[in-house]
Amino acid sequence: MPDRREIDIEVMRYNPETDSEPYIQSFRVPFDEDTSVLMGLQYIKDHLDGSLTFRWSCRMAVCGSCGKMVNGVPKLSCKAFLRDYYPGKLRIEPLEHFPIVRDLAVDQTDFLEKLEAVKPWIIRKDEKPLSEGTYLQTPEEVSSYLQFSSCINCLLCYSACPQYGLDNSFTGPAALSLLHRYNADSRDEGKSERMPLVNSEEGVWGCTLVGYCSEVCPKQVDPAAAVNRGKVNSTMDYFLRFLTPRGGVDS
Amino acid sequence: MKPMKRSNEPIFWSLFGAGGVVASLVAPALVFITGLALPLGLLGPDALSYERMLALVSSLPGALFLFVVISLLLWHTMHRINHSLHDIGIKAGLGGKVIFYGLALVGTMAAAYFLFATPL
Ligand code: SF4
Ligand code: FES
Repeated sequence: MPDRREIDIEVMRYNPETDSEPYIQSFRVPFDEDTSVLMGLQYIKDHLDGSLTFRWSCRMAVCGSCGKMVNGVPKLSCKAFLRDYYPGKLRIEPLEHFPIVRDLAVDQTDFLEKLEAVKPWIIRKDEKPLSEGTYLQTPEEVSSYLQFSSCINCLLCYSACPQYGLDNSFTGPAALSLLHRYNADSRDEGKSERMPLVNSEEGVWGCTLVGYCSEVCPKQVDPAAAVNRGKVNSTMDYFLRFLTPRGGVDS
Repeated sequence: MKPMKRSNEPIFWSLFGAGGVVASLVAPALVFITGLALPLGLLGPDALSYERMLALVSSLPGALFLFVVISLLLWHTMHRINHSLHDIGIKAGLGGKVIFYGLALVGTMAAAYFLFATPL
């Protein structure tokens, strides 16, 4: 027998050109075992209200563009399923702590600036010529950063982070994880360029280890662990700078 | 972006971390001894008698142990309170640091004074 269940989806709407503030609109959406929250929103857009605005791309938890607040919890909407909320209803809102562009689409500019500030690329003092082949790493060297390289920039952790919500000068979980991902990479030589940011109040010290970022991360990046390693590095840097000429920055 | 100022948080975080070790390893044992074992009579009535305690604080290892426990637990607690205020949205800022870390410092100095500087 075909599955004919229906669920109520409340969506936060906001059009800056006509609305003075966001409001909630309710839709009734049919679903079955396989209907994701994203597909529910697509049903609304295709059949009920074509003006509903939201982002998505891959539909398989890879691109990181479909993050929304689902009943107050930051989720990838393609990785959450309507069946898990039935017989209750859903309230879908834009990711918290970011300005709304329209409906469920938020302005990510602040994060993108932070991402750039952590220099998320391998910095070498001298590039070795191609003829000398690739940079080799032991499995141990790879494992020291691999998990932190799985970030898909979905921003769920920023919506989860109370510190970022209180004061968005804090660099935040994903950018600090990526910073650590490059600092921990044996091929990288750019640690001294990144440490001033790590060492600052806006860097790892803006974190009070709430840990919700790691709970909501859909990629098991564990940003809280990366930030804590950053704290250890910053503490070593703080005390070792009195002992070594380079401040203990380059291992 | 404005230039980044180095935070002095590593000092307090180190004390917090060291205090965390004390809080998780030593404090439960002390709570057990003073809060459970003694009142339940598991240790005998004289276990924490005045004479024994005086002997403890009069020996250098005993005094050092108490100093570490008192001082680091204070730093740990004050750091956590200061940050929890921040978590619930109270911006204590520099004033908070002065008050809470100041209390930890006063407690540390008082412990040092009573344990090491008073004539026995
Ligand atoms: S750390 Fe996790 S939650 Fe944060 S942006 Fe990356 S993938 Fe998303
Ligand atoms: S659509 Fe790409 S992560 Fe959800």
